[in-house]
Amino acid sequence: MSAVTLKQNEEKFSKLQLVIDQWKDKEGPLMPVLQAAQDIFGCLSLDVQKYISKELDIPVSEIYGVVTFYSQFTLKPKGKYKIGVCMGTACYVKGSQAILDEISKELNIKSGETSEDGLFTLDATRCLGACGLAPIIMINDDVYGRLSPGDIKEIIKKYKD
Amino acid sequence: MYFYRSHVLVCGGTGCHSSGSADIIEQFNAELKKQGIEKEILVVQTGCFGLCEVGPIVIVYPEGAFYSRVTTDDVVEIVSEHLVKGRTVKHLLYHDSITEEHDIKSLDEVPFYQKQKRLALRNCGVINPEDIDEYIAFNGYKALGKALTEMTPGEVISTIKESGLRGRGGAGFSVGLKWEFTSKAEGQKKFVACNADEGDPGAFMDRSILEGAPHAVIEAMTIAGYAVGADQGYIYVRAEYPIAVQRLTMAIGQAREYGLLGNNILETGFDFDLELRLGAGAFVCGEETALLASIEGYRGEPRPRPPFPAVKGLFEKPTLLNNVETYANIPQIILKGSGWLQEIGTDKSKGTKVFALGGKINNTGLVEVPMGTTLREIIYDIGGGIPKGKAFKAAQTGGPSGGCIPVEHLDTPIDYDSLAAIGSMMGSGGLIVMDEDNCMVDIARFFLEFTVEESCGKCPPCRIGTKRMLELLNKITEGKGEEGDIEKLEELGEGIKIASLCGLGQTAPNPVLSTIKYFREEYEEHIRDKKCRAGVCDALLQYTIIEDKCKGCSLCTRVCPVDAISGQKKQPYNIDQSICIKCGACLEKCPFGAIVKG
Ligand SMILES: Cc1cc2nc3c(=O)[nH]c(=O)nc-3n(C[C@H](O)[C@H](O)[C@H](O)COP(=O)(O)O)c2cc1C
Ligand code: FES
Repeated sequence: MSAVTLKQNEEKFSKLQLVIDQWKDKEGPLMPVLQAAQDIFGCLSLDVQKYISKELDIPVSEIYGVVTFYSQFTLKPKGKYKIGVCMGTACYVKGSQAILDEISKELNIKSGETSEDGLFTLDATRCLGACGLAPIIMINDDVYGRLSPGDIKEIIKKYKD
Repeated sequence: MYFYRSHVLVCGGTGCHSSGSADIIEQFNAELKKQGIEKEILVVQTGCFGLCEVGPIVIVYPEGAFYSRVTTDDVVEIVSEHLVKGRTVKHLLYHDSITEEHDIKSLDEVPFYQKQKRLALRNCGVINPEDIDEYIAFNGYKALGKALTEMTPGEVISTIKESGLRGRGGAGFSVGLKWEFTSKAEGQKKFVACNADEGDPGAFMDRSILEGAPHAVIEAMTIAGYAVGADQGYIYVRAEYPIAVQRLTMAIGQAREYGLLGNNILETGFDFDLELRLGAGAFVCGEETALLASIEGYRGEPRPRPPFPAVKGLFEKPTLLNNVETYANIPQIILKGSGWLQEIGTDKSKGTKVFALGGKINNTGLVEVPMGTTLREIIYDIGGGIPKGKAFKAAQTGGPSGGCIPVEHLDTPIDYDSLAAIGSMMGSGGLIVMDEDNCMVDIARFFLEFTVEESCGKCPPCRIGTKRMLELLNKITEGKGEEGDIEKLEELGEGIKIASLCGLGQTAPNPVLSTIKYFREEYEEHIRDKKCRAGVCDALLQYTIIEDKCKGCSLCTRVCPVDAISGQKKQPYNIDQSICIKCGACLEKCPFGAIVKG
């Protein structure tokens, strides 16, 4: 690790420590701490899990069990842009499968994968609660609704440049 | 406080927000300033109006002009014409909101709202959810005041019990009874919790309530705390709902500031506070024991009941858990008395239910109707029917736990019991309409895929059984179905229902069993004739070229990735079915509409 990344890493761990201090004495601290850790580090690597284990006095095995149970926790870093294609019922009956296929073709990755350049992660997600706009996708915090496969190319292009 | 001559209400619900309502608000404020009338007109961001289909929505009062699909470009016109000159902008008005003479109808005369009764959604689209004063101005926290100062905990419980209110989260258990059990449970420390995990894909009423009137839930939980003897509450929200989380956080802060949460509330000596906990993407965490395990920091796996959470819940203490919509009903029952709710609804299901209308329906959005309203009224009178003149095929209620309701049951008055009697269930209120282009076998497969992925894996009937069912369904949709498969699905389904540990497994077979019950012939066609009448199951489709329409331009041969199309220029072409991989590229490309699938 270079000196710069080492320093960045240290900063991240001290940020995490602040969160841990805030939750430590409350009941049921693990989930909020994991959520904050994922925000800080982008994913929950084994090192991060070990650190949390030590600080909260919870076995790593138990933490790993929790991390792998919930679909929003990830062990590997995700792409810069996270594309979520809603596969909820309202979107599905309005053709979200075709949208997913189109994005998958466009980026040459399958659902759950990250593109080689680290730019995009594609996920099929649960209902995003904007069913009135079905079918929808989310790219980070931006929502695109009332889509047809023909719209995809242009949307992706915005993020590529 | 200023007196404003007009109010501009802009929907800030998820749907409208996604299509740019925040920009519209900004544009309004900028434009009003430009015209120098920013002190005369107030722009308010509200919760969801319900009619998401025509969003972003802007309503201008006092006229009640209902502008639909507003863009930032339209704002200039609305400001200069309507707000400056007092002339409504006719061409932007929602078409159902004006009379034949082009006069504005009041909102409750608009067909979409006419048959609705908004109790849980009462404040959504009316007040600014980020302002506690607006909630208070609409009788907010009055019920809390009444409960704390005029009623004993026992009286609160009996009021709720007598009202007949049943849980809106799915199971429909009596709310009053649950409060009574928790209050009678032994122990000094007790908790109140709110299920805002809204897992049913296609339902978003809990989200809209939290985003549109977060204080209603806070007020109700505080009342519940008083009734059962708890001083701490938790709200468990899906992580996918960032706006709801933000507004709740804000609302909790304001309530604390006003002394409506914290120690010595309204100087009555009653202490109660709330904390938010976020989910992390697991459907099963909507199940009550799994939800509590998740708050405690464990894997969200359900455990056998009894003991019920009312006896042994969060951190082993008696815990009351209700759903968001359930809570949203509480303050009004306390204010208006139990008799008021009893007047609304059916014999065994009192009050209203919010449904999220989605799928193949003209007016997608949120609707709240008295229990006992028929599906036909919801789909046709309120929902405006099926788009593009297509035929209705089925309505799906109850999400992955529910079933598909065919046309012959459209006149069933819906309540908890009637839906269960026709093989579906109320669930949390997702109502997805399907037309002739939807394949019922594929829909069953879709839900099974969902449950297989979301099964927590603790009990074998659910973990293994649903997987076997999915394999059978995949086989059928891929054209490899055999005689006896339907019977196998039925047998497996019945077994899984009986033997599973929690509600997830106990209801997972419903989408399959109900589609077999009502659409058996579609299953049989897939198996015997290798045919999908809706044209959804790729493996059962054939792409063919209509000779008369084909001009022999050869475009299709060039896009076909497997060279399945051959022919001579200017002569009709032909698709070799043994090579075709059914990608559909040729159909998309053909300029003459000469290629059909079916
Ligand atoms: C698999 C499964 C998922 C559930 N998901 C939800 C949910 O998303 N929201 C909810 O309020 N209840 C859900 N429930 C029902 C809860 O277990 C519980 O009955 C409900 O929250 C109680 O509140 P109520 O009595 O106010 O309805 C689910 C149940 C099961 C078995
Ligand atoms: S089903 Fe896609 S947003 Fe609800």
